[in-house]
Amino acid sequence: MKRRVRAVAALAALLLVVLPTAALAKTEIHLWHAMGGQLGETVNELVKQFNQSQADFEVKPLNKGTYPEVLTGAIAAYRQKNPPHIVQVFDVGTQTMLLSGAIHPIFQLMKEQEIKVDWNDFIKPVTGYYSKDGNLYSMPFNSSSPILYYNKEVFKKAGLADKPPATWKDVGEFSKKIIAAGGAKCGFTTSWPSWTMLENTFPWHDQPFATNQNGYTGLDTKLLINGEFGVKHISQLAAWQKDGVFSYGGRMGLPDPKFINGDCAMLIQSSAVIGGFKKSLKFAWGTGPLPHWGPPYKKQNAVVGGATLWVMKGQKPADYKGVAQFMKFIAEPHQQMWWHVTTGYLPITQAAIKNLEAGYHFKKNPEQWTALGQLSGTPTANSQGHRLGNFAQIREAIEGEMENVFAGKKTAREGLDAAVAKGNDILKEFAAANKP
Amino acid sequence: MKRSVFRNRALPYLLVLPQIAVTVVFFFWPAFESLRLSLFRTSPFGDKTSFVGLENFRKLLTTPEYYQSIGNTFVFASGVTAIGLGAGLFVAALATQKIRGLAAYRTAVLWPYGIAPPIAGIIFLFIFHPSYGVLPYWLGFVTSYEFNWLLKGWVAMALVILATAWTHVGYNIAFFLAGLLAIPTSVLEAASVDGAGAIRRFRSIIFPLLSPITFYLLVVNLIFSFFGSFGVIHAVTQGGPGGATEIMVFKVYKDGFIGLNLGSSAAQSVLLMILVITLTALQFRFVEKRVTYS
Repeated sequence: MKRRVRAVAALAALLLVVLPTAALAKTEIHLWHAMGGQLGETVNELVKQFNQSQADFEVKPLNKGTYPEVLTGAIAAYRQKNPPHIVQVFDVGTQTMLLSGAIHPIFQLMKEQEIKVDWNDFIKPVTGYYSKDGNLYSMPFNSSSPILYYNKEVFKKAGLADKPPATWKDVGEFSKKIIAAGGAKCGFTTSWPSWTMLENTFPWHDQPFATNQNGYTGLDTKLLINGEFGVKHISQLAAWQKDGVFSYGGRMGLPDPKFINGDCAMLIQSSAVIGGFKKSLKFAWGTGPLPHWGPPYKKQNAVVGGATLWVMKGQKPADYKGVAQFMKFIAEPHQQMWWHVTTGYLPITQAAIKNLEAGYHFKKNPEQWTALGQLSGTPTANSQGHRLGNFAQIREAIEGEMENVFAGKKTAREGLDAAVAKGNDILKEFAAANKP
Repeated sequence: MKRSVFRNRALPYLLVLPQIAVTVVFFFWPAFESLRLSLFRTSPFGDKTSFVGLENFRKLLTTPEYYQSIGNTFVFASGVTAIGLGAGLFVAALATQKIRGLAAYRTAVLWPYGIAPPIAGIIFLFIFHPSYGVLPYWLGFVTSYEFNWLLKGWVAMALVILATAWTHVGYNIAFFLAGLLAIPTSVLEAASVDGAGAIRRFRSIIFPLLSPITFYLLVVNLIFSFFGSFGVIHAVTQGGPGGATEIMVFKVYKDGFIGLNLGSSAAQSVLLMILVITLTALQFRFVEKRVTYS
């Protein structure tokens, strides 16, 4: 009995200490993200600027690992009824989020909080990817597109002009010259193989990636990557893998070292590594758009990759005010410009782009224009983006088959056929699981 | 075997209760949840769930990738166990020799076990990675052979087997060492006097006397390679290239956590559990007969 009295007293004392500070403390907004290294520091800085800009809310960023880990973590937290306010989800998780029933669409949030946002000022390839029925569902945060990086010193050594190859034919010829001149061991490599070589190469040539307008108009979607165009492209890569023009270097950003250490003269990778490359590359380098096959294929646009910020359901009503303010903050031109210049991710509003142009930013830093340039134009049904369920798993399946092709175990057609079969199975499973 | 007799009838149950509670909470409950989940099709966020019976199992057992992952698992587990036990016994034998600084060596050989599997994976990456690894770089000077496990499946498999066996070898060494030290020297000396050479002594005396330990390690190593090997694969190959190192436990993770297909993932873990239980039972039924407990 005595002990219980003492415990109650201790608890009361504790509450006395804690409560006043709790009452004074700002409302916390939790943001889970997947940005590591230099990008993570930039996110922290951005959040710091927001926290200092007002007195009511405190955004707490937390790096929860890789993109899939952040998504899985958020799902687990949601199922335990304790989700973070904001989750950064990668492009391929879009369909999963849209159909989850766990999210609070950004357009709706802003309307409720009476914060005016000119959605028309956002660039089309970005809003197109993340909108449903014309409304934006998640806040574009880090958007990029794959571009070609080339080692200027190696190009010079091989007697090539200081110009990136515009077509795949050029890529092959340049690479052969470079290898013959002893400039590098391999012509080029690519990071994120499925994203660069299929998911972007298809819309770039105005080719359909999947049925239902790449999944936008229905759930009974099927992949179309094993057609004539896909086979042509992948078998060329496989042939180049044999003679060193192309050197497969793994998935995600794992192949980057091949370019960084000079083994490969060119790299196809997200524009998001510009910031890191500026700091770390020890040789002169330039960028060019994703190579194109030329006629008869039309030159369309690339699609954005990267991630957006999703607002989760189930938070205290008062918290949403802070969430909305933070979202407004990151979309403002000043933050957009700073984020773009520091990281290489794209500025996503016309206002920010105009401001950057006014300061001759793109003239002074042409590498920063490359990704934006290949996103211009009005997207077609083939190039607005991809909306596939369990896309992360489909990407896995595709990349596994690409490896089989590059290893010479399968022909391009066999590999792509198998990838389509596996992908369609995953899509079917997703459609069944999300039957309304 | 000595039997202890408790006077208080409740006491023994009370004493084993904590262990039982832990087993129930951390094993039976999750296992039961998996079993339940394996019969459902669930959307990633769990908002839509429908009972599908054995559909998840049917699907698995009709896809070639699943059989490939079973095959991979057996190759992987036999590799890890063979190398782990072989190297463990070899090093343990060396560590019983009369050499200077023996205590230091004995400590050192146990170290790899203290390294977490993902860290071990990263260390192996730095040594073996085709782009930035030290070994392929040196190999490049003497041979044009490209050590490219990013595309060569069997090289990737050999690499993860080696890395996993390495992380676990310290454990095997500890047990073999204890076993070797427990063998009475008088027996070995007597055999020497009778003219038995080193190999004969090993075959006829040491190995039989070690057999209980070897059997224990065999079971533990197999279970470890079925379940505990996730870290290395995740850090090094992530199941690639083209699924060549995708073992069952990694596929459980990949389909569940990246693919967000919880039903299939649960069904796979149920099948994996059945497989390991069967294997362990078989080992006790057939291999244990050849074990001599003193």
